[in-house]
Amino acid sequence: MPRWGALNIVVLIKPAPDITKAKFDIERGTVDRSSTTLEINPFDLYAIEVAKRIKRLFGGTITSLSMAPPHAEPALRDAIARGVDRAILLSDKRFAGADTLATSYTLAAAIRKLGSFDIILCGEKSVDGDTAHVGPEVAEHLKIPHISFVIRVVDITRDRIIVEADYGDAYYTVDLKLPALIALSRPVIFKEEFVEPSMPKISDVLRAKRAKIEVWNADYLSDVADVGRFGLAGSPTRVVKAYYALEKGRMARFVKGDESIITLLNTLKELGVIQ
Amino acid sequence: MSWRGILVYAENYSGSIHRASFELLGKARGLLPKIGGVLHAAIVTSEENAEKHSKELIAFGADEVLEYIVKERFLPNPVVHRNALIDAISYAKPKLVLVPATPWGRSIAPRVAAAIRTGITADCLDVYVDDAGDIVQVRPAFTGNIIAHIKTLTSPVMATVRPGVFPLPQPDYSRKGEAIAKNLSLSEDDDVRVVGVSKRKTVKLSEATIIVSIGKGVRSKEDIKLFEELAKALNAQLACSRPLVDMGWMERDRQVGFSGNIVRPRLYIALGISGAPQHIAGMKDSQYIIAVNTDPSAPIAKYCDLFVVGDIYDIAKKLLQALEGFKEVK
Ligand SMILES: Cc1cc2nc3c(=O)[nH]c(=O)nc-3n(C[C@H](O)[C@H](O)[C@H](O)COP(=O)(O)OP(=O)(O)OC[C@H]3O[C@@H](n4cnc5c(N)ncnc54)[C@H](O)[C@@H]3O)c2cc1C
Ligand SMILES: Nc1ncnc2c1ncn2[C@@H]1O[C@H](COP(=O)(O)O)[C@@H](O)[C@H]1O
Repeated sequence: MPRWGALNIVVLIKPAPDITKAKFDIERGTVDRSSTTLEINPFDLYAIEVAKRIKRLFGGTITSLSMAPPHAEPALRDAIARGVDRAILLSDKRFAGADTLATSYTLAAAIRKLGSFDIILCGEKSVDGDTAHVGPEVAEHLKIPHISFVIRVVDITRDRIIVEADYGDAYYTVDLKLPALIALSRPVIFKEEFVEPSMPKISDVLRAKRAKIEVWNADYLSDVADVGRFGLAGSPTRVVKAYYALEKGRMARFVKGDESIITLLNTLKELGVIQ
Repeated sequence: MSWRGILVYAENYSGSIHRASFELLGKARGLLPKIGGVLHAAIVTSEENAEKHSKELIAFGADEVLEYIVKERFLPNPVVHRNALIDAISYAKPKLVLVPATPWGRSIAPRVAAAIRTGITADCLDVYVDDAGDIVQVRPAFTGNIIAHIKTLTSPVMATVRPGVFPLPQPDYSRKGEAIAKNLSLSEDDDVRVVGVSKRKTVKLSEATIIVSIGKGVRSKEDIKLFEELAKALNAQLACSRPLVDMGWMERDRQVGFSGNIVRPRLYIALGISGAPQHIAGMKDSQYIIAVNTDPSAPIAKYCDLFVVGDIYDIAKKLLQALEGFKEVK
């Protein structure tokens, strides 16, 4: 049966540290939260842009959900400046320490709490969690179809969306029934147009400063979810050890000038690339 | 309920099994003595290919293959694979489930984990059994800056594992194993319809053994030809950093890095690439890394074995000339 009216669009936005500036807490395998401010996970900017284009076609509202500590608020204001109508921060000590299963469960609970939704957009992966697993897990909790690694929205109607997704060896065109979840890669094309996030206008930034950020806690979700499945308590995985991956580095040999080509040729020979 | 053995999900949405599935079978065979039980492989396949696929999976190490036979057109449908993997887990009750961390695997496996409410670890570089007998998963996080060791408290332990980290085992077609045909009830709903393949990838950087990679040191789209020639002379694949894709000079399948391809060739030559963390995340595990850069203080200096201080145009031209006297190794 065709559905009418505007679309309820949900965007999952992860406030994440800028990994080029972040310091790490090796003991706990996390980012030292005090070392960096949180900003919108870069992939999620594409989700916002696609959401805006869908809204332009059908009308409706864009609601963003972010599970993060309270100091993530500026990232949510940034989302509003970029075009999100309503930004909700899921924040509670009981959400802390969540792995992908608990994170996705909490996000899915919040989506249920919103009532109705037509499409959920999220990023391919986050720069800190780096899993690409949260989106598909949210879709599973909600029992709706999803497609990950989407590089193009071919077409969208009120009932269905057609996308191109990277499966690994090839790009497939997939037609999904709404409500569905779409995880976006980059670069991404919406119909024929290249989607590129741009800086919000000053007037929008000022408007966002005054906007209301709703904060939801665990109790608020208790009618739609089992609070025992939130946070560390609901997380089956545990980090037992963590260390820097890049600390060791390599000890490079430096060459320049006339020496360069001879060294390169010798190296290529030693590596068996040429003979 | 007791959980035993290992289940490897064999990726097949196109009619041929992704080689990472074989790598995982090899890894699983090595883990099996410490975990106990048998090694299952689960595959969604077609009537036409089922027998061939099962033989392959057994040759690469599976003891029992769970075959989910579907019509060809259902092969690329993720819902079918989700349902099959859930069924395979409830049948085999494995202690550990391994899935290739390809885009496809990273889409199917987390759905299955959420459905059966178990923990899942993404994009693992290794899996081992510790002294306590627990399964430990090793994975990068924070764009590859951190390596974390992770245990899962629920059963089964599920992990997506990065392709190319474990060697491809030698297949043994005399190995004995069993193929078990499993039924899958296919609902006729049309929630997800795969309309077709829009483009097959012509480049697969993840499988390349030699890569010549160019960055913003390249000044124009036309100039790329020179480096293409160099790549050809070295029998290498041409790759790039992200800005070249953003400018539309190179296709996205050639981008190396966090938001592109993760590569681990025998030789990676970075020409005019500064070595931003997002680029390093995609190539740091290459066996040998050569960087050519005019700036000896570029961050890539820390992540390479040989740093040539020089102009990439000058080096590429001279190298091409010098290479004329050599034969590349095929
Ligand atoms: C979320 C996110 C994801 C990202 N993902 C990726 C990714 O997957 N892959 C990726 O590559 N980047 C990625 N980036 C971008 C990354 O941060 C860097 O901007 C990018 O890698 C820089 O590319 P580059 O080294 O080619 O350019 P630059 O940093 O500009 O470096 C150019 C280098 O070339 C040298 N050079 C210039 N001219 C010459 C010459 N004639 N001869 C020799 N050397 C010369 C310069 O000294 C310099 O070191 C990502 C960024 C973000 C925020
Ligand atoms: N805490 C969170 N709050 C909101 N969205 C999230 C959160 N964690 C992950 N996501 C979404 O899930 C995507 C994949 O993240 P990840 O699985 O962490 O790589 C991100 O791009 C976000 O859209």
